[in-house]
Amino acid sequence: MAPNDSAETNGTAARPGRRKAARYIVPVAVAGVAAATIGLVPALASSGDPDLPKITAQELIEKIAASDTEQFSGTVKISTDLGIPSMGGLAGSFLSGAAEGGDGGKDASSADPQAKLTELASGTHTLRVAADGPDKQRLSVLDDTSEYSLIHNGDQVWAYDSGSNAVYHADGKGAGKAPHGKEQAAPEGVPTTPKALAEQALKAADGTTSVTVDGTARIAGRDAYRLVLKPEQKGSTVGSVTVAVDAENGVPLKFTLRPSSGGKAVVDAGFTSVDFGKPAASSFAFTPPKGAKITEADDAEAEGHEKEARKAAEKAQGDLGKFEGEGAPKIIGKGWNSIAEFKTPGGAALPSGASESEASKGVPAEAQQFLDALGDKVSGKFGSGTVFKTRLINALMTDDGRVYVGAVTKDALVAAANAG
Amino acid sequence: MSQAEGAAGAAGSSAEGAARERTGSAAEGAVRAGAGRNPLWTFGILRSEFATTLRRWRTLALLGVLAAVPVLIGIAVRIETADGSSAGAGGGEGGPAFLSQVTNNGLFLVFAALAATLPVFLPMAVGVIAGDAIAGEANAGTLRYLLVAPAGRTRLLLAKYAATLGFCLVATLVVAASALAVGALLFPVGDVTTISGTTIGFGEGLVRAGLVAVFVAASLTGFAALGLFVSTLTNSGIAAMAATVGLLITVQIVDTIPQLSAVHPYLFPHYWLSFSDLLRAPVYWDEVLKNLELQALYAAVFGSAAWARFTTKDITA
Repeated sequence: MAPNDSAETNGTAARPGRRKAARYIVPVAVAGVAAATIGLVPALASSGDPDLPKITAQELIEKIAASDTEQFSGTVKISTDLGIPSMGGLAGSFLSGAAEGGDGGKDASSADPQAKLTELASGTHTLRVAADGPDKQRLSVLDDTSEYSLIHNGDQVWAYDSGSNAVYHADGKGAGKAPHGKEQAAPEGVPTTPKALAEQALKAADGTTSVTVDGTARIAGRDAYRLVLKPEQKGSTVGSVTVAVDAENGVPLKFTLRPSSGGKAVVDAGFTSVDFGKPAASSFAFTPPKGAKITEADDAEAEGHEKEARKAAEKAQGDLGKFEGEGAPKIIGKGWNSIAEFKTPGGAALPSGASESEASKGVPAEAQQFLDALGDKVSGKFGSGTVFKTRLINALMTDDGRVYVGAVTKDALVAAANAG
Repeated sequence: MSQAEGAAGAAGSSAEGAARERTGSAAEGAVRAGAGRNPLWTFGILRSEFATTLRRWRTLALLGVLAAVPVLIGIAVRIETADGSSAGAGGGEGGPAFLSQVTNNGLFLVFAALAATLPVFLPMAVGVIAGDAIAGEANAGTLRYLLVAPAGRTRLLLAKYAATLGFCLVATLVVAASALAVGALLFPVGDVTTISGTTIGFGEGLVRAGLVAVFVAASLTGFAALGLFVSTLTNSGIAAMAATVGLLITVQIVDTIPQLSAVHPYLFPHYWLSFSDLLRAPVYWDEVLKNLELQALYAAVFGSAAWARFTTKDITA
């Protein structure tokens, strides 16, 4: 540092070699400190679980049910790993079969909510949610340099994709009846808030589940209880479901679904930041930018759209081990081990044709063969068939055209087919 | 070495024919400092560094190329949309980000131009300047004369780094200013729709554009430190520039390989495009702050490595 430090290093030091080496300690130390900080800080932060008064599982569930928080805004990180390697298309078809089938023929706008939200079914996404009562919600999917926003304000529904500068608009009665009107910010097809996911899990939990409170956690800077749901029956692919519930207002803050096979969570959705204050009114205002391409959803389409969305929603529920709804397939078993059985027209279907068989009609034969190649052949009293596996949902498609789908192991599917 | 000797040495060197205006002015600063050791002493060498860096033909050519990028993008978009079709038709995939919004608001040309130049042009220009900083002097045989000025190696290195950072800011501002001018000339301007879909006034849009430009310049600080470190390793300016730009390309390739995703958050270009988070409403700070932390870390590690190398190195040229 001194003006003459160059003189120092030019030979006056007794052991220049050692002095030289000593200077390199500085960058190494800086890098070491940084590495230690990156490694230690999360560990230290997570060790500080808050001290909260004891609560029973029942009380906690009641707390969730009684929660009437209608105003919040926050950032949600959602990671989904169904274990379908490099099969983005197939992963999408698990949830978007209905939507694509419905939209087939029309050129779909890139701002169409259905197409976009099904992307959430795989990978990691950052979402922003905001809600102010039942009439105003907003959901944004944050991409690298663009953002997809779904804004519901009164009877207006806008979707804006900044990447392509495309706008999707629905208004009037059609939109009023559309699934946007439900209490969550994004009930369309995929439950995106931890609250929506938690409610699905609790519904599936009836009677066949051990529900416990497993300590506390700090989520998004708030104290929370951890509610753990474990299937009591054998044969389920669901290992456990953990819901972190805000200790103050009973809002689920984080939802984690682990498979029984262990490893990474299949679904991990949680707030990374949350604010229960009233969001700014400007968040729910949208004026289409000049020159943007606007796709209007007319009433008829909106109605059809609603139906599609509801069907897609059923499939999303299927992810949580539950099949139910209009045109419901036969349900075998109960609780987590429910297996849906249905017949496919034409004797073959995609595993994704869960409750929406029209969707599979559009699949070309080549794709069908390709899918067949992915499955495991099995045989039993029922004859023979193919099992398609993911980390959560397995499907058995018999050669005579019956399909069994559930969040259960391969053996359980075969047993169900044998019994049927 | 006393102050007087240093000044004399510096003066002598310029007399010897290493005709560098800079050496003279550095010595001048040193002489002034020698008299009262005022705080401006450091600024003498810094000012001369800035002046020589920005006055070089090479630098001016780099800035000219950078300024031409938004002009090219603007004219291309203008021609493409002359018949009323929207830019980036087909979902806006493939092209630089923000391109589809440019037709409706010229301000977006600033963001489109920064998104287009940030991966390659801007860091390449910075790599040239940073790689040349020490090695170029050594190559031209002027490094030892610079060191004769009583600034010391640490201070010289700091001045070099500061000049490089100054170039980062100037280069980014040149791109932004050129894009703003072209955007305002060729396209309508007005209220800005943020990428979240909310609308802000043009004034606030301008503020955000300025913020984005400064943030982009800050995104280059880590890479500048890396280039400076490489520059202390060799006596060949060309080798240092090539190595720096080569490192940039290598790291960017690594950043796109999904199997290496575990190391991605620690690569300096990983959060570069997070500048678009400044265009959300409300601003999404997570990755912006991560980027700044990462750049500070790179600057600290490679800055100190450059210091360790430069202060212990035998200056032979």
